[in-house]
Amino acid sequence: MNRIEGRDKVTGRARYAYEYPADGVAYAYAVQSGVARGRIASVDALGVLAMPGVLAVLSCAEPPALSADASPELALFQTRDVAYRGQIVAGIVAETLEAARAAERELRISYEAEPHDVRLRPDHPGLYAPDKVNPNFPTDTEKGDVNAGLAAAAVSIDATYATPTQHNNPMEPHAAMAVWDAGGALTVYDSTQGASADRDMIAAALGLAPERVRVVSPHVGGGFGSKGTTRPHAILAALAARAAGRPVKVALTRQQMFDVTGYRTPTIQRLRLGADPEGRLTALVHDVIEQSSTLVEFAEQTATPSRVMYAAPALRTTHRLVRLDVPTPSWMRAPGECPGMFALESAMDELAIAAGLDPVELRVRNEPDTEPESGLPFSSRNLVGCLREGARRFGWDHRDPRPGLRQEGRWLIGTGMAASTYPARRRPSQATAATADGGFVVRIAAADIGTGARTALTRIAAQALDTSADRVRVELGDSALPTASLAGGSMGTSSWGSAVVKACEAMLKDGHSGRADTTEDVKGDTGFARHAFGAQFAEVWVDPATGEVRVPRLLGVFAVGRVIDETLARSQLIGGMTMGLGMALMEETEMDEEAGGFLNRDLAQYHVAACADVQDIDAMWIDEEDGHLNPMGAKGIGEIGIVGTAAAVANAVYHATGRRIRDLPITPAKILD
Amino acid sequence: MKPFEYTRARDAGDAVARFRAGAMYLGGGTNLVDLMRLGVAEPDHLVDVSRVGGDRIEPGGDGLLIGAGVRNSDLAAHPVVRERYPMLARAVLAGASGQVRNMATIGGNLLQRTRCPYFQDVSKPCNKRQPGSGCPAVAGDHRNLAILGHSAGLEAAAQCVATHPSDMAVALAALDAQVHVTGPDGSRVVPMPGLHRLPGDEPDRDTVLRPGDLITAVELPPPPPGRSTYRKVRERASFAFALVSLAAVLDVGRDGTVRGCRLALGGVAHTPWRAARAERALTGAPATAEEFTRAAGAELAEAQPLPRNGYKVTLARNLIVATLQELLP
Repeated sequence: MNRIEGRDKVTGRARYAYEYPADGVAYAYAVQSGVARGRIASVDALGVLAMPGVLAVLSCAEPPALSADASPELALFQTRDVAYRGQIVAGIVAETLEAARAAERELRISYEAEPHDVRLRPDHPGLYAPDKVNPNFPTDTEKGDVNAGLAAAAVSIDATYATPTQHNNPMEPHAAMAVWDAGGALTVYDSTQGASADRDMIAAALGLAPERVRVVSPHVGGGFGSKGTTRPHAILAALAARAAGRPVKVALTRQQMFDVTGYRTPTIQRLRLGADPEGRLTALVHDVIEQSSTLVEFAEQTATPSRVMYAAPALRTTHRLVRLDVPTPSWMRAPGECPGMFALESAMDELAIAAGLDPVELRVRNEPDTEPESGLPFSSRNLVGCLREGARRFGWDHRDPRPGLRQEGRWLIGTGMAASTYPARRRPSQATAATADGGFVVRIAAADIGTGARTALTRIAAQALDTSADRVRVELGDSALPTASLAGGSMGTSSWGSAVVKACEAMLKDGHSGRADTTEDVKGDTGFARHAFGAQFAEVWVDPATGEVRVPRLLGVFAVGRVIDETLARSQLIGGMTMGLGMALMEETEMDEEAGGFLNRDLAQYHVAACADVQDIDAMWIDEEDGHLNPMGAKGIGEIGIVGTAAAVANAVYHATGRRIRDLPITPAKILD
Repeated sequence: MKPFEYTRARDAGDAVARFRAGAMYLGGGTNLVDLMRLGVAEPDHLVDVSRVGGDRIEPGGDGLLIGAGVRNSDLAAHPVVRERYPMLARAVLAGASGQVRNMATIGGNLLQRTRCPYFQDVSKPCNKRQPGSGCPAVAGDHRNLAILGHSAGLEAAAQCVATHPSDMAVALAALDAQVHVTGPDGSRVVPMPGLHRLPGDEPDRDTVLRPGDLITAVELPPPPPGRSTYRKVRERASFAFALVSLAAVLDVGRDGTVRGCRLALGGVAHTPWRAARAERALTGAPATAEEFTRAAGAELAEAQPLPRNGYKVTLARNLIVATLQELLP
């Protein structure tokens, strides 16, 4: 079946947040801080208020009423303190967006600037151990005697890897329209990865009961994590609408998105691996340094994949964080696994070379019986199957491991591989199912952020109801529907599908309608380590004269439980791998250390992979049965595709050139260095 | 964005007559409209010159006369350009994206502004945008900025390490193109190279044009003999500005010596950089890798890389040598 809303999208009928009409709508523009740290001395709005079309100016000069419970990134205009450059410090409401932007040029804000500290460095005196890492994993773990394991190793690796700041760049910017009704209830048309959570966060920020807030979000043009939490544009829209007494729209510019919608923290990761002469790990140590803002502690779980991947009798993982005068980092496709596996899988490649072993074979030799850190049995684990199948399809067996030997014209050619992993979890959700119009309607406040969730849930419901998909209508993207979890953590389909199946089963029993809540079911998800696995293979061409790197071939083989829709799954996996290719070769947000904010804040300067960068790319999956997950037997697929890609490319660059690049991205400058 | 007036000119004379202080000419808008959104360009008045009639490509002398309003896509696709000036077609196609090339004009391409990140951010100092305010790029992120002819060595108020972003202009500089200009003081012809200027102590001036000057056409002399190509190096395979690019023409005699060559570099300076020293070093020399290396070295001896863009010196040298070797008969 085709994507259900596909025709609406390609004909422009699908309506996104900013496109909802409203009578008397006004527009708000976010004004951003020009200093990275300090206090707002004064806001002079008098001249601006006299400009044509200007309706209101919001700022700390007259703080609008907000709840004390508002998250610091959402507590707009409540304080004179500035926590980072680009923070929203005022909002201008006007009849048109043009009038609001014209007024922004005239708004005079003076600051008492203070020296800022925006550079992550491994010797920063402010480094500390957070209480937990995102979302609630232990900060540090230790098992066995790592010093003894490293000392006893026949072969060892001690290397430091770095990943830069990276930004999500969904096609649709963060946008909202807020409408207050006469009774003081609020409707927000928002671009969000979860209408229920967005409603709750907006209500908490405004001090409203959740039932007084409704979030409408049927179509979302991508999020990757950046729309997983409420962003300040939605609060600005609500405050501006309240101040103007009219519906108000807010859309962030692309540049503003870089400042206020989260980013992937830069990481500095030290990997120490020890192995016996056969390549079996004797110790694995993964130490991570990363950053957060002064406002909110967000500690990316970068070392967590090292707790899952390989059988090391001695295993230590640590995370250290420093709070800088920067925006708060947040979720970006596969937080934790994505940067962590770049380091671990690069180090495993280095270990394979040091041990004289094939990198596929090294990983097979270190396959654990149970999850290394927890000791839990795996609900299913088919990493070896992915490695073997990928190697067979890629033609890995004929590979000469010696670097720098293959040349075609001006290009040096190399191949590399890396493993992938991502947790397979679910969260509580509710759903209803009912007979309607000779068919069925399923309701759940799920989010389709471009993944095809609407289509996948239709298929899941049709199967549960033993009917055809065209007789099922799924309603989602509205907080008035039964409460559901986020499209995030690769948990959407597993969480929502569990509720949908349960609601459909209840409806079949009842004959007319059914309702489900999976809270208790999810509480029972213990006793097993649940993860998806995969193996990625890359062929890389490097021009040693110019430093150009091209990737003519990428193959991913994944074990992700049961695949619900092959077209959508392939799209998710290839999309993740493409984003991983961008991470390997180009994605990097530069910090302006002098001014204190991000420097390259648009798509001409922050490069993501273009079509021309992606040549032969393929993703496939092996059969995997897992009865310990959810009624569908499915593992999430939204994130695992990006995990390992960058390491596979970096490992292939080494194979092509003999150069090991340990800090991403792998640019011509670094190849030529 | 600042409010502005918009008028559409009928022809070049009408456009010049409509020009006044605070006005700007609007071609395809692919750069100017972006800069207006960013607040970098704040014209009071836009004079739309996209319909002044300069949208034809015609034979001119032994060469070609390209109207300033010709769209980049049409130039790259023109059969005479493809046959006689393939280096130019390649350079145009190496720039931007299909959609942008469909809008962008030849005149606008020549006059596009640097993509230096500080220039594009009005909340930061920039001597080009705001003369005398300073250049944060010298101490900051200049990885993609100039290694030749910049003014980082001057006093702070004059420093500029911007690069000119055009690919097409690099090829035109190698082809000795003539730029036809009309303005308040009449019409004249400006040679390429020569349209763009080095920053010196006036980094706010990209070109030698004066207020009100309008490019009406670009004239190509007959193509130089020899084989030619355009190479562009960037970390993304498309839709990215050059780290370094090279327009190269090489004419090798039967005796194996270089009869003539043209070399122009992009991405290294405030102008398309005609590598005249390398050309002189090569002309009459044996067409060998050793000579190519020597010539590239002669050109880049005057490079002044900054702490974070030294790779561009290596890259430019390697690109010249590798490209000339590709052009050997």
